Amino acid sequence: MAVCIAVIAKENYPLYIRSVPTENELKFHYTVHTSLDVVDEKISAMGKALVDQRELYLGLLYPTEDYKVYGYVTNSKVKFVMVVDSSNTALRDNEIRSMFRKLHNSYTDIMCNPFYNPGDRIHSRAFDNTVTSMMMQVC
Amino acid sequence: MEPGSVPGSGSVPGSLLLALSEGEQRRYAELFARCCPPGAAAAAAPEAAAGSVAELLRASQLPPDTLLQITEVCGAKRVGCFGPAQFYIALKLIAAAQSGLPVRIESIKNELPLPRFMAMKNDSEIRYGNPTEPHGVKFQVPHATLEKNSYKRTDEGDKQEPKSPPMSPICSPPASPSSYQRTHLSYGYGKSRNGLEQQHGAPYEVRHSTHQQEGPASGNYGAKSTRACSTLNRSLSVEREAPDSSAHYADDPWRITEEQRDYYVNQFLSLQPDLNAFISGSVAKNFFTKSKLPIPELSHIWELSDVDCDGALTLAEFCAAFHLVVARKNGYQLPETLPETLLPDYLQAASLKPIRDCALFDSYSEPLPGSQQTRDFNRLEKTSAEEVPDNSGVIKDASKDDKQVLKTSIAIKPIPKEFQHTTKIFVCLFLFLLRSYSSTSIEDAMKKGEEPPTPPPRPQKSHSRASSLDLNKIFQQNAQAARSGWLPPPPPALPPRPSVTQTEQASEVELHPQMTRPPSQAEENSSAKKEVVLAQLPSKPVRRKFRMETQALENPELSPTINVTSSLPAVKPHLPVQKQSSKQKRAIQTAIRKNKEANAVLARLNSELQQQLKEVHKERIALETQLEQLRPVTVL
Repeated sequence: MAVCIAVIAKENYPLYIRSVPTENELKFHYTVHTSLDVVDEKISAMGKALVDQRELYLGLLYPTEDYKVYGYVTNSKVKFVMVVDSSNTALRDNEIRSMFRKLHNSYTDIMCNPFYNPGDRIHSRAFDNTVTSMMMQVC
Repeated sequence: MEPGSVPGSGSVPGSLLLALSEGEQRRYAELFARCCPPGAAAAAAPEAAAGSVAELLRASQLPPDTLLQITEVCGAKRVGCFGPAQFYIALKLIAAAQSGLPVRIESIKNELPLPRFMAMKNDSEIRYGNPTEPHGVKFQVPHATLEKNSYKRTDEGDKQEPKSPPMSPICSPPASPSSYQRTHLSYGYGKSRNGLEQQHGAPYEVRHSTHQQEGPASGNYGAKSTRACSTLNRSLSVEREAPDSSAHYADDPWRITEEQRDYYVNQFLSLQPDLNAFISGSVAKNFFTKSKLPIPELSHIWELSDVDCDGALTLAEFCAAFHLVVARKNGYQLPETLPETLLPDYLQAASLKPIRDCALFDSYSEPLPGSQQTRDFNRLEKTSAEEVPDNSGVIKDASKDDKQVLKTSIAIKPIPKEFQHTTKIFVCLFLFLLRSYSSTSIEDAMKKGEEPPTPPPRPQKSHSRASSLDLNKIFQQNAQAARSGWLPPPPPALPPRPSVTQTEQASEVELHPQMTRPPSQAEENSSAKKEVVLAQLPSKPVRRKFRMETQALENPELSPTINVTSSLPAVKPHLPVQKQSSKQKRAIQTAIRKNKEANAVLARLNSELQQQLKEVHKERIALETQLEQLRPVTVL
């Protein structure tokens, strides 16, 4: 269960960012922003190979004391960043991958909407529902 | 449900005797049952779950202080929970509040209409409004719809029969409680209302029964329909005026009347002449933008209506989208999820049933290949325009495949979108066949669609597929095992055989000059072998195939057939049997030869590919090790 999920456009501005509404949300925004550097590094490192061979899932970008940051990039350089609580053990890599896949699917569904201009902020309720299902339930 | 357990007397302060009419009682009972946690209904002291009651209260769309008053008055706060009595009183109070009466115990002594609840999240946005009294005061419904309800009544009366069967199977599982309740409602009202409804007993009749009392004559029907027809001829910019003529809502604004449907279909045709093709995203965008709704709302409407998320609208999806636009323009709030009456499955069923059942499907299969190409082309265009990456497109296809599989299992949905996959074409063609053969009932068609398609007739001993020999061997083993089961125990069958074969050969020579000498001679020679062979297990002749020559190989296979044919129908003359056996023999010979060659080729190919695979693996490992070395260490 993620603590914060963000969708970053190719030009590195956020299309969608949502966190668990606990304390300082700005902290998550900052984390996501700094993790973009790591994403760029990974992309450029792998970018020497052909695009086909490039993995979409980037894996763990940046672990800190409290949480871990995972990254995923699409072929159109749209990045998904997910911040996960470190104390939430047993979140395996596969689960993260599947979460990213779901996100990606939701994202492509948004793209199919002709009223959505790529580069706009994402307001789709379907996408919101997907994200909500992945976020940690803080009751 | 316990309608009997609350016999109208609530433990209300002031010992008020609540007289509930039959209909009210049923309604309240089912609402209460809904709010009860499942399983608690059977408990001795059922209590409505607070959360669901709160939802119900909110759904009545009364101001919050009114709701607070209601909860106080009904005694829930005092008791601490929503027991049946409190719940019933609360419902009565809601009805009173919605009719404009103050929230007090006295007000519920009067005859009241049933409370109306909007847009409950539980049951996919079906509206429950059903005022029965002739005051006709509807709060949340714009006045314009009042007259149109009567029109819809007679309209829907005809459509009840065909529509009602489709409703129940097509209701998706979350909506099934609501349909269940609708049937209850119908029972409740069917008795006290028009006999017309009683005949139908269908889920949606409640909607129409409620408007019996409204008085306006069905003469409105004629007037409305002519008006509606005239609008059909106007241009696209008529969308603003469309709500006037096509906003024919019953109390369920999410149903599309026939008029509306016709109008939508005409609009569809104006955009896209082929009924079975798609409206692409950009075309639809331009069209719906003319309705002057704000873009986020249009975006939401699109999300709701494009069920398979492919960026294009089929006829059903287009109708749903159009309907939502019309509803929004009339002031209805857009639902969170698509109402089930707007689901393409339902719309498809509804549209096909009365009017264009076979016609639609006749044309359905034909343009499949044609529109497939246009479809693919559209997809390519869209993907390039929107910069959707190929990978995500593939991923989406894969997920859509899953969704599609699910959908075909739920209901028969037109599948023209999955053209890329020949399996789907096969399925939809098969469904088309089903449709044309099956009854008009959607239930039957659905059930048939759910059953696995009957496999194509198994080719008897023919080696039509260029598969490996193994399959054929297995098949022949089974066939022989099956045939040997037919045989009487082999030993008794053996003695007649030489005579049979000799007579065969004699007749063959006479009647079938084509029969070449060597095979027949080989048969003579190996007739002795046959006895030996047959005495063994049926599997052995097959194994011997690899050692014996091809012609000798035929014989074990032939002999079972000969024995079968001789033993089974003794009446059958030998001549046709011999003809078949000789033809079979030749066919089998050639087939076996071909299969052997094919097998050899494939084996070679396989080994080559394996070799290549190994090499590629090695390369990949090498590259990965390189990558690991080169990758800078970033992770702390």
